[in-house]
Amino acid sequence: MDAFLSLGVVVAGLVAVAAAYCLLVSRNLIRILIALELLTKAVTLLLAIGGYYSGQVALAQSFIITLIVIEVVVIAVAAGIVIGAYRHNGNLDVRSLQNLKG
Amino acid sequence: MSLNVPDALLLGLMLAAAVWTVLTADLLRSAVGLAITSVILTLLLFRAKMPLAGVFELSVCAGLITVVFISTISLTKPATDAEAREAGLKRWKRFIFLPLVLIAAGWLLCFKGLALNQAPAVPNGEDVRKILWFTRRFDLIGQILVILAGVFGVVVLFKAKGGASEEMKE
Repeated sequence: MDAFLSLGVVVAGLVAVAAAYCLLVSRNLIRILIALELLTKAVTLLLAIGGYYSGQVALAQSFIITLIVIEVVVIAVAAGIVIGAYRHNGNLDVRSLQNLKG
Repeated sequence: MSLNVPDALLLGLMLAAAVWTVLTADLLRSAVGLAITSVILTLLLFRAKMPLAGVFELSVCAGLITVVFISTISLTKPATDAEAREAGLKRWKRFIFLPLVLIAAGWLLCFKGLALNQAPAVPNGEDVRKILWFTRRFDLIGQILVILAGVFGVVVLFKAKGGASEEMKE
């Protein structure tokens, strides 16, 4: 068993678990976005390891670039939504969003 | 890339930076921790012979997204000392189980979940530019559409307040 493969997958899994935990228990909207961003870091690492060990380095790079483009757009729009929610509610608590009525 | 000291060190640092990002109470430090995680991931991508992905990760994730986060944080009002103390106490109660969860997940991944007997395959030598332009051309169209949708979304979100006040005047 190649040690880098095992350690890389374990680290990616642990980063994903930490991010998912933060996503579940956080109430601050910015921290939730940061957790979402950390999840994509774990996925990027897994894509890189998968590409390296399958020999498809170029394909993995193209997937990573696609992932980064989608990630940055999602974060930019989500940051806009967070600022909008802050202007509307005066705080960043995710529970305040329950007051919205569509 | 068989495991050697720099790779193990980088992977350990990445995990430490990610956990620090999650655990630190200050949002600004959390954003900086995220940037550090991106930088370490960039180094790992370079070591895995993926320089183009590494450049994207460094410029976009460690640079642009950090700027977006810091701008968002700076647009919100900082908490008072009393509020911060109360929020910090509640926060530690919620995050107290994270080390246990990480240890359990690490044990599962190390001893139960993985059966990876994969040796590195020989790289097929294809160029990433050819893959992007010919094999995954449809992805590029999707990326352009996503970027345009994102720009439209941001413009609408930031214009909403002015547009609403103009409608009120009318």
